Amino acid sequence: MDFTAIAFGVLSTVLLGAALLVITARNPVHAVLFLILSFFSGAGLFVLLGAEFLAMLLIVVYVGAVAVLFLFVVMMLDVDFASLRTGYVQYLPLGLVISAVLLIEMVGVSGVVATRGASAAQTAAPVSDVSNIERIGQVLYTDYAYLFQGAGLVLTVAMIGALVLTLRHRPGVKRQNIAVQTARTVKSGLKIVQVKTGEGISE
Amino acid sequence: MSEASDFWATPGGWTLLTLGEVLLVLFGLLICVAFILLADRKIWASVQMRKGPNVVGPFGLLQSFADLLKFVVKEVIIPAGADRVIFLLAPVLSFALGVIGWAVIPFAPGWVLSNINVGILYLLAMSSLGVYGIIMGGWASNSKYPFMGSLRSAAQMVSYEVSIGFIIVTVILLTGSMNLSAIVQHQAGGFWNWNFVGGGLKANWPLAPVMFAMMVMFFISALAETNRPPFDLPEAESELVAGYQVEYSSTPYMLFMMGEYCNIVLMCAMLSILFFGGWTAPFPTPFLAAWPPILAGLFGLLMFALKIMVWFFLFAIVKAIVPRYRYDQLMRLGWKVFLPASLAAVALVAGWRVFSAA
Repeated sequence: MDFTAIAFGVLSTVLLGAALLVITARNPVHAVLFLILSFFSGAGLFVLLGAEFLAMLLIVVYVGAVAVLFLFVVMMLDVDFASLRTGYVQYLPLGLVISAVLLIEMVGVSGVVATRGASAAQTAAPVSDVSNIERIGQVLYTDYAYLFQGAGLVLTVAMIGALVLTLRHRPGVKRQNIAVQTARTVKSGLKIVQVKTGEGISE
Repeated sequence: MSEASDFWATPGGWTLLTLGEVLLVLFGLLICVAFILLADRKIWASVQMRKGPNVVGPFGLLQSFADLLKFVVKEVIIPAGADRVIFLLAPVLSFALGVIGWAVIPFAPGWVLSNINVGILYLLAMSSLGVYGIIMGGWASNSKYPFMGSLRSAAQMVSYEVSIGFIIVTVILLTGSMNLSAIVQHQAGGFWNWNFVGGGLKANWPLAPVMFAMMVMFFISALAETNRPPFDLPEAESELVAGYQVEYSSTPYMLFMMGEYCNIVLMCAMLSILFFGGWTAPFPTPFLAAWPPILAGLFGLLMFALKIMVWFFLFAIVKAIVPRYRYDQLMRLGWKVFLPASLAAVALVAGWRVFSAA
């Protein structure tokens, strides 16, 4: 057994264990932290495959940005563990049905992939000398340029949708105009008054 | 001799060699951090016309080591309501992330622990993870002020990471590589080749104003990303006592502080590599070819260290002379100024690379 196999075993075990703990952890913050651990293990698997660019992207995008926001939201929650468990029995049948469907689908897909993979393994894919960053760039920006742009548009629409949903115009909000603030001079911002003793300023 | 070199090529020998290199870098880095901490305090003191630490050792040179000893022998206090595991994990993570980035930094030609193709992405990833130490520490303390500090820092670091990413893209576009050694090599031959004046090709000089602006923006974003003044809102002592560090004492606190300084030096190293030519000298160095490799390497290390010191001096001066930003000003600067500006710079540099003859 070579080192790659050992590393694969360790990484995938940690990945599956962490993924299991994501859904079983009582504390939602712990769940998010386990989610991050599973992202990391996934990135490790990418490195093993030689796709270091994808690994770094997984960490930068999912761990560095998405999971931070998850954590951000989850920490704000006032978690009431008693109320979390009340709906458990009620939703159990529905959950079982959904998980059975998912299981059947996954077994079907992995069966196909396994048989196809066995035949593909004999004709090993030619490894090009181009680094996988350039390769991904070429594929993404030439072959799939329009789909890539489409994905970007979908994300933009989603972002605008989130903004529209949460945007509220409240009356009476004091706003700052930075340009006006920085344009203030001594003359326009300062008034020197000679105050007579015992009188005060009457505006 | 040949037997020895054979040994270093076997898996066991390679592991030993790499471990030795890692320990060398780690040891050097921690010694540097000790003195940089002192430099920070001395510069800060000089600006305020104080003397700064001057009791332990000559000129107070051993102050940081005395502090280290003090931190280590103190009692670790864990608040009763704290989440113990995460509370202790947070400073360890913070420190580890500050150190781990150094694995890809090239100190001199060929002197790098791991010369990976995606070095710069790795650095970006590690610096974006730094936020976890702070969030976890603030949340696990189970106290109001630490929590507020950690929420602030989460929003702040995520915001400035975006513009740092775009600034890095401009450098990648100029040099055509994500490998840090290749980025440095691209700037060799004198300071007129460095990235802050257009980078590597003399025909790129029209880009100098853009790249200079990018350098300044990277510096400011680095201040925000490392929670340094004027962006130290996560630990604003006048409002939040000490932010996420309130409940920490002894060794965990020290780990937070050392992680922070490791990150600051790492940012200085990134500034040097991306814009100031890393280990290359500011003048052509044809004489280096005649030098033995060890000496040439030390020369490169010296150049790199000097550049890091210049950047750290700026970090320290900013801490001493700039007042703290207000939170809304911080967010405005990140999202309304830096993000559009760096996006425009990406478009400009990309356009220049496509349409110029060079």
